[in-house]
Amino acid sequence: MAGEGTRPTWTKKGSSSVEFFRNPNIDFLGKKWYFIVFSLVFSTAGVLSMLFWHGIPLGIDFRGGTLVYVKYSHTPDDNAIRAAMDRAGLKNVRIQTYGGTASNEVLIDVPQANDQAALEHPREQVIGALSSNAPAGKQDLNNTSSLALTSYLMQKDPLHLGTDAQQRYTNSAQAITNFRDKTKGGVLASFDELKGTAEPAVLTSIEDGFFLSDFGVYQVEIVGPQVGAQLRKQALLATLYSLLGMLIYLAFRFEWIYGVAAVITVFHDTLITVGAFSLRDYPMSLTVIAAILTLIGYSNNDTIVVFDRIRENLKLMRREKLSDIVNRSINQTLSRTILTAGLTFLTVLALFLFGGEVLHAFSFALVIGILIGTYSSIAIAAPILVAYQDWRSDRNRPPVVPAAGGGRREKVKAKA
Amino acid sequence: MNKNLGWKLILIIAAILVFVYGVFGVPSGVSGGALANGLLNPSPMRNGIHLGLDLKGGTHLILQVQVNDAVNVDTDNALQVLKSGLKNAKVASADVSKPDPTNHPEQIVIKGVPPESAADLRTIVEDRLPEYSLVSSANNTFTVTMKPTNLADLKSRAVQQAIETIRNRIDQLGVSEPIIEEHGLGDYQILVQLPGIDDPARVKEIIQSTAMLEIRQVFSGPYASQEDAYKSGALPEDAVVMPGKNNPDGSPTFYVVSRIPAVSGKDLRTAGPGTDENGRPAVSFTLTAEGGRKFYAFTSEHVKDLLGVVLDGKVQSVATIDEPIRDQGIIKGRFTDQEVKDQAMILRSGALPAGIKYLEERTVGPSLGSDSIHAGIRAAVVGMAAVLIFMLIYYRAAGINADIALILNLVILLGFLGYTGATLTLPGIAGVILTVGMGVDSNVLIFERIREELRNGKTPPSAVEQGFAHAWVTIVDTHVTTIVSAIILFLFGTGPVKGFAVTLSFGLFANLFTAVFVSRVIFDWVLSRKRIGEALSI
Repeated sequence: MAGEGTRPTWTKKGSSSVEFFRNPNIDFLGKKWYFIVFSLVFSTAGVLSMLFWHGIPLGIDFRGGTLVYVKYSHTPDDNAIRAAMDRAGLKNVRIQTYGGTASNEVLIDVPQANDQAALEHPREQVIGALSSNAPAGKQDLNNTSSLALTSYLMQKDPLHLGTDAQQRYTNSAQAITNFRDKTKGGVLASFDELKGTAEPAVLTSIEDGFFLSDFGVYQVEIVGPQVGAQLRKQALLATLYSLLGMLIYLAFRFEWIYGVAAVITVFHDTLITVGAFSLRDYPMSLTVIAAILTLIGYSNNDTIVVFDRIRENLKLMRREKLSDIVNRSINQTLSRTILTAGLTFLTVLALFLFGGEVLHAFSFALVIGILIGTYSSIAIAAPILVAYQDWRSDRNRPPVVPAAGGGRREKVKAKA
Repeated sequence: MNKNLGWKLILIIAAILVFVYGVFGVPSGVSGGALANGLLNPSPMRNGIHLGLDLKGGTHLILQVQVNDAVNVDTDNALQVLKSGLKNAKVASADVSKPDPTNHPEQIVIKGVPPESAADLRTIVEDRLPEYSLVSSANNTFTVTMKPTNLADLKSRAVQQAIETIRNRIDQLGVSEPIIEEHGLGDYQILVQLPGIDDPARVKEIIQSTAMLEIRQVFSGPYASQEDAYKSGALPEDAVVMPGKNNPDGSPTFYVVSRIPAVSGKDLRTAGPGTDENGRPAVSFTLTAEGGRKFYAFTSEHVKDLLGVVLDGKVQSVATIDEPIRDQGIIKGRFTDQEVKDQAMILRSGALPAGIKYLEERTVGPSLGSDSIHAGIRAAVVGMAAVLIFMLIYYRAAGINADIALILNLVILLGFLGYTGATLTLPGIAGVILTVGMGVDSNVLIFERIREELRNGKTPPSAVEQGFAHAWVTIVDTHVTTIVSAIILFLFGTGPVKGFAVTLSFGLFANLFTAVFVSRVIFDWVLSRKRIGEALSI
């Protein structure tokens, strides 16, 4: 290709455009051994961890059990919590700090009990176990719903409203619980904080019947064994069908070897991502599976862009070596690949850093997935194609070229 | 080209307006408050964007209807029919029982039927138990089994009735937008989602109970007025005065009944039209096993006393307890056929036809919900801003093109969500953010290609045309594969995952429109304003 100065360039004169990769010419295929080593190292680390270290950490969606998210009004004491759980007969409880250190939040993970009855009241069990010094006959205002509060107020009727009580007390109860949840983050430290949220008579009545514990439960997830098994099956089926769909579409648009190369690439990506979860001991939930399916789609996108360019170049450069064609295709798409990867990575990074605790595992999967997905289109998919063609020509069979977009087959002899 | 350009621009602006309406409705002003108001209040034409449970807070339950209970009720009835039929046919020695009520509630085995009575048995089954089939086996044994279609029908009706009952009961809580529906993933499973309610214990309690039917001991009555009832004599300690059903002439009646019912709504299994011993219409009801036990204990102790059936706080009928009653009874009264049917339906809608087992329970407190929304929006804004700024720097004037396309992408996506009334979940917000990232990919593809063509010496109009033409093939391929993934996610996912699949799919469709059509129109417009030979800023 002639140098840049000999033909007029139609970009604006006088200012140079920002361009990262003007005319790259990197021999990617030549470096394939480095890539193989890199991939092997990471996949093996992941697989070893899955087999011998942390295993595949399953979230509660898949293994069943109870997760209780508790916010304390002071720094929580893990040992005290564990002791309280033991006393209540809940063994093997896992306690994790959640959110930042300042948020005083704790995640209590009660493993799957074998009897179905345990599924009926695990939330009450945990709350009961945690409030160890509850005064008799009083309810915990930090863990009461607005419905229960309304019932209490209707019963006590501190404003002597008689028949009009329902609406008034519902509003009061909701005002109090909203204040507790939205303004105070779910935990009230003292009854004084409630001043002004409702009439004084109502507040006095509440003080009579309620006490304030030092914690509030703000999220509970309980998954029974049946549902856990169902969700595992669903996740597996979804992934398999996704891969199958990919394989079929690619085999149809290109040649079947392209489909196979894409599936191997995606498998490699998934393996490394799940390995990363295993290494960090991050539990995989349903949303993580969604993230993995997304990154399968993304990695596939990337691979298709390279494949499309290869297909185009194969028509144009019939006399060149396949490895040269593939190299050139990768180089031509390099700027697009890096840019898209970079931009998507930017958005996912924003999610990871700012998206909050709930999306953390999800964004972690995507961060890893996008990096690996981009890498794999260049490092895994393309070399597989070339290796396959080389294998075919070693056996003196004519190499296979993807059809020109319609389904007609052309057999072209490429020089070995 | 210029004429078409005008129309194309109008089309794009119309699309923008349509989708903005999908999101906000017609806002009464341009203040943040007016916009938020429009966002959250749907009109009949657009359903508005619904927030999922993980953003609004609420309770999510999955329960399984124990359909075998409902089958057992039916086969218990059939058992009675067989027993009495055989007694009438003078086949006293027959032994009728259900060998396996837990796993095969649809089967009844009859032993010891002599061959000469086989015809009688067959008549009984054909005439009075048409949903059952009769099979004979060795040793004078017969098996009566519910026919498979009837069995399947009964089970699915049990689930439907359970859904109706639960819906009636949940209505008491005044939840807005509750979801109570059959859950596709498993057998006889029901999904209950109640936004804004964070008290699952209370919800479960309400699901299990009903205030409609009670059976109480009646001490005395009927009286014409409450005073009469009080004056009748010293009331027993645990008695209250309750109104009864009105007399035919409309005058009220009152009874003195026990405060604590012997049997209440949650002990009721089902109810249906029947007849009393005189052949007059009556409501027959069946209690649960537990209810039957309680009732048996109560009636054994109170033989010769009066008991009253109380519906909705009114005493419906009073009868003497002749003998202990277990779990089947009738409510006699001056009922017409229609009244009996209505009454049975009311009881049934207040009755759970089978037991329920809880399989999954999730609650999200409202504070977590609003935190999540804030975090999600923050991430979206940061991510989007980073992308927009980068595109401007890297592609200069063409970057404006890309940015417009991206923003339009977002508007169309949100508009789609508004029109279809789709639910926005936290992964859904992540899906929006991801769509932005992947959407920009299309623009990058096109722009890089245009740059390449320019480098190869093509003129700007030709480069633009070539760029779009070549990139189009790749864009279609990538979008189709991702949409296939999203569809699979939608089919196999639940709740939040579905929300993610929906936003991803809508985003990709929106992207096809903006990246290819809108971008092209903007390029054409820019080119049409340049003189021949002027360079393109990209």
